[in-house]
Amino acid sequence: MKKTLFDKIWDAHVVESIPDGPDILYIDKHLIHEVTSPQAFNELKERNIPVFRPAQIVATADHNTPTLDQHLPVRDLLSRKQLKELSQNCAENDIALYGLGHPFNGIVHVMAPELGITQPGMTIVCGDSHTSTHGAFGTIAFGIGTSQVTQVFASQCLLVQKPKKLRVNVNGKLKKGVLPKDVILYIISKLGTNSGTGYFCEYAGDVFEEMSMEGRMTVCNMSIEMGARGGLIAPDQTTIDYVEGREFAPKGDEFDKMTTYWKTLKTDAGAEFDQEYSFEAEDIEPMITYGTNPGMGIKLTGSIPVEGNKSDAKALAYMNFSPGERLLEKPINYIFIGSCTNSRIEDFRVAASYIKGKKKADNVNALIVPGSQQVALQIKEEGLDRIFEEAGFTLRQPGCSACLAMNDDKIPEGEYCVSTSNRNFEGRQGPGSRTILASPLTAAATAISGKISDYTLTFN
Amino acid sequence: MEKFITFTDTAVPLDTENVDTDQIIPARFLKATDKAGFGENLFRDWRYDKNGDPNSGFVLNQTRFSGSILIAGNNFGCGSSREHAAWAIKAYGFKAVVSSYFADIFKGNALNNGLLPVQVSPDFLHQLFTSVEKDAQEKFSIDLENQFIKIEGTAEKEHFDIDPYKKTCLINGYDDIDFLTSKLEAIKKFEQKRKDKEPVAQETL
Ligand code: SF4
Repeated sequence: MKKTLFDKIWDAHVVESIPDGPDILYIDKHLIHEVTSPQAFNELKERNIPVFRPAQIVATADHNTPTLDQHLPVRDLLSRKQLKELSQNCAENDIALYGLGHPFNGIVHVMAPELGITQPGMTIVCGDSHTSTHGAFGTIAFGIGTSQVTQVFASQCLLVQKPKKLRVNVNGKLKKGVLPKDVILYIISKLGTNSGTGYFCEYAGDVFEEMSMEGRMTVCNMSIEMGARGGLIAPDQTTIDYVEGREFAPKGDEFDKMTTYWKTLKTDAGAEFDQEYSFEAEDIEPMITYGTNPGMGIKLTGSIPVEGNKSDAKALAYMNFSPGERLLEKPINYIFIGSCTNSRIEDFRVAASYIKGKKKADNVNALIVPGSQQVALQIKEEGLDRIFEEAGFTLRQPGCSACLAMNDDKIPEGEYCVSTSNRNFEGRQGPGSRTILASPLTAAATAISGKISDYTLTFN
Repeated sequence: MEKFITFTDTAVPLDTENVDTDQIIPARFLKATDKAGFGENLFRDWRYDKNGDPNSGFVLNQTRFSGSILIAGNNFGCGSSREHAAWAIKAYGFKAVVSSYFADIFKGNALNNGLLPVQVSPDFLHQLFTSVEKDAQEKFSIDLENQFIKIEGTAEKEHFDIDPYKKTCLINGYDDIDFLTSKLEAIKKFEQKRKDKEPVAQETL
């Protein structure tokens, strides 16, 4: 039978199928962090169950960590307690922890790929919905709840119903200045926030084949925002080159053996999908969102749709926008470049290339938060830190930061923030904050002009 | 996990679509390391104004509505994977959430915590909203065994789907952890078989 990439990986991990029920799916890598693991460790303790495969678990601290003075004890007592419990739990159970300040520390979906922990063909789970990011390597990667974290601790397996399969094709050539973030915001704006529910999505076509690994991660990251459990892209030479030589990647003969296997991981010609959509690269332009879910996106130069339902009206009221209005020229006081969607070196390079030699507008607070210690180091090595500083941007230490505003990095009530993160839900970046999702280039350009502006005009 | 039994109760209508988990329980309340206390902060930013005073327009603050069934708009529970959302709804006192669509992860989390997601047709959801708006004392029955939800006043009912495995778990009050830990031998065999068959990435990090 002709198989999709998804089928091949899934089938290789099924321990048993329960008649009329879910599959027992084997998990290769389990990533954990401080926020969704403590209750799972407690549950294990209460039931007196040991961690089954501690060597397949990797922990980091990211969601709830400060982005200033990470060498000092964490000031927020609850956060400090969460971090302490994570350290204790990892120590007691022999789990590798790359905690605050460790050179490998970072946002879970940034640090695992850059360390070579994420490899093609794997099943990867984490108690965080943006685990879909790792699908960029041709893995089945998805977010799970805390009960499922407990299940994987106890058995290295999950009970899951096999999802349906969806393919999104984008062929052709992207216009200059259109970034991977624009591609995924475009797809979600076309398909809506629940079109993917019940599906795993494969991204295929020229655009993804030509994209860098970091760009692919940005795309797969937001699969969950169209409701899909995850998204994946077939591994190719770009993938193999990226993985090679990384800290925990296979080495020598082992690497060669693995690459031979990875190359078999693609959808067979003629394999069937339950649903398929196709878009043309030429139609995609820089995108921004105007509402309170990531599907409410328009072209940077477009205007807010006039026809809307009840939830649109609620979203517009929250954002203080009106139907038909354009967002160009809107004054903006905050921008955030960071989060597991856009906090890798390429994101900062593209932002820095625009910012270089310019100064941010006086009204703007521009926050730059690298995704990991390694990215922070690269920023320094490449001298991007100086570009940011000279332009008046604030460069912080790694973490989730203003993406979910669990720490002090919050956007004040009523303020707009052009953000490279993945969610524009009400209050996501702090109570009453108004988030406009966009690419790092759009965020950088907004910071410089102090208002939403069309940076493509500067290309000619 | 406690056993889920068929029950009849009044309902609270939350007629909003795409209710995401950041609304159900905002991220700043996720700092706890146990499962207690999340009910107090359920729908926090809709329920209270910025001074911490109850927002009288929000349905949980309207005393005419009560009961252990939450009726919600389409695509309930989208957003993050935080199980805290299911814990908060459960801790507040809801036993079931009815909507015409649930986000995947939320649905799984709810089931793992004995909170029943009842997915009905958009038309029936509309009827549910209408009947509770008309009469806040209207009662609804949720029968898990026979998989239907009924409006007591009019006796209108609709069937709902549920994974048979999950249904058995809920009715018997056992969960996936019990099941998976009973399978460890099969899992070990699988690990060995897979190693023999294809290259598997190194295990130790
Ligand atoms: S950066 Fe944001 S979306 Fe990514 S893992 Fe952290 S909180 Fe989640």
